[in-house]
Amino acid sequence: MKPAWSVIFLTTLCGMAQGLMLALVGADVLGAPLEPAAAQRFFGGGALLCVGLAGLGLFASFFHLGRPERFWRSAAMWRTSWLSREVIAVPAFIGAASWYAWAHHAGQGYATAVGVLCVACALALWVCTAMIYACLRFIREWASPYTLANFAVLGCASGFTAASAWAAWTAPRWVPAYLLAAYLMLAAGLAVRLLMLRRNARLRPGSTLQSALGVRHPVIAQKSMGAMGGTFNTREFFHGRSAAAIRGVRWAFLLLLFPGSALLLAWGQLRASGALLAAALAVQYLGLLAERWFFFAQANHPQNLYYQVVS
Amino acid sequence: MTQLALVIDLDVCVGCHACVTSCKQWNTSGSAGPLEDANPYGESPSGTFFNRVQTFEVGEFPLTETLHFPKSCLHCEDPPCVPVCPTGASYKRKEDGIVLVDYDKCIGCKYCSWACPYGARELDEGRKVMTKCTLCVDRVHNEALPESERKPACVMACPTNARLFGDVHDEDSEVSRAIRERDGYTLMPEWGTRPANHYLPRRSRT
Repeated sequence: MKPAWSVIFLTTLCGMAQGLMLALVGADVLGAPLEPAAAQRFFGGGALLCVGLAGLGLFASFFHLGRPERFWRSAAMWRTSWLSREVIAVPAFIGAASWYAWAHHAGQGYATAVGVLCVACALALWVCTAMIYACLRFIREWASPYTLANFAVLGCASGFTAASAWAAWTAPRWVPAYLLAAYLMLAAGLAVRLLMLRRNARLRPGSTLQSALGVRHPVIAQKSMGAMGGTFNTREFFHGRSAAAIRGVRWAFLLLLFPGSALLLAWGQLRASGALLAAALAVQYLGLLAERWFFFAQANHPQNLYYQVVS
Repeated sequence: MTQLALVIDLDVCVGCHACVTSCKQWNTSGSAGPLEDANPYGESPSGTFFNRVQTFEVGEFPLTETLHFPKSCLHCEDPPCVPVCPTGASYKRKEDGIVLVDYDKCIGCKYCSWACPYGARELDEGRKVMTKCTLCVDRVHNEALPESERKPACVMACPTNARLFGDVHDEDSEVSRAIRERDGYTLMPEWGTRPANHYLPRRSRT
């Protein structure tokens, strides 16, 4: 498939916002209470960060649409379409996060309960986002539980990394706990991603030229795809990059996302430097962009069987 | 329940592309607006087509056969493109089984094209909405046309009669008889989409 930057930004930015929300609510529920002013700054400001990140992701998603002015129609088919459910879940998450920010800002006693609602929205959003891809059973690289695990774990990793950088400025005593969670999530993310890479490398195509044409002969070669010029089918479903470039992107995300950001986090922890933690987040996000690009590029659509040769 | 469909005889298709051009002509002239032809005389033209004829070589030289393979939307009985549509723009008509896109509801998210294993859908770059074969829904029920012409444009244009049109749920129809007598088959049966369009295999010449 051709990676779409709008969707790459949507899934990575929203994923980070969801992870950050889990980190905030985790501290809110499990941690020792902060001074009211500090809590207002840490939880209220952190929730606003979530709103900003998810809002940016939502904004990016509009660039994916041919007719963005009709976006409001896309919530209609929530009974059958995971995309429609995501369209509902993103604003629901942003709305809940805004409420959480306001509740902390106003010092409301029920703020933690709103936080639990935010977590529920974040979890629902991960399921919706991942199922958009995982439900397409003939795109076999996506049709597995790894898709959900990958989105959720990498979202948590970036969210906890963001939380550690945010806490360095606003609630330093929680930095070690957030960093520990970020290391664990990065380790889990590396494990999930390696298992996913191994699974996808071993996949056998679900469809063949034989089943696509209904011809049993083992030797079939396409001589013409019926058009000399470009088509939607040749643009949308092919990444158009060399195998070496794809391998390069894979190494880039494996190195930037996991050891790269983990080393910077450790350095930031040793130097007690919020700036280094923020730098780790930036490096990690670059890796996350490369990872999501690879996720799309690696998917082989069976329609490509019909579009192999221009002549 | 009626399920209109095409049955394509690969034994007599000569790959002339008359079905492609007649489809383009009819569907670019209708009330839904023209099918985009971007940069038609430039270096990299790009156009929207509902029907394409592709050519394959089967076997190894010198024992090869040329296979001309027309393909358009297969109007699946269980179309995977329909439930994924977030707006309800993609739908399957109960009365005749035709899968259609409501261009006024489509937001151009392309998700339905990802969900179609056959690559039957094309985003029109001009109108920015998803388009596909309508089985000439504006011909087949059009009482302004003589009854003999209430067929898809591609069927009318085919010089070798390689394209049959009718109700595959009616056991006595021409298309059902052809499927029965000639071992008609569907594409990618492994995904359970139950395409309505069928193909008739080439006959053995030996």
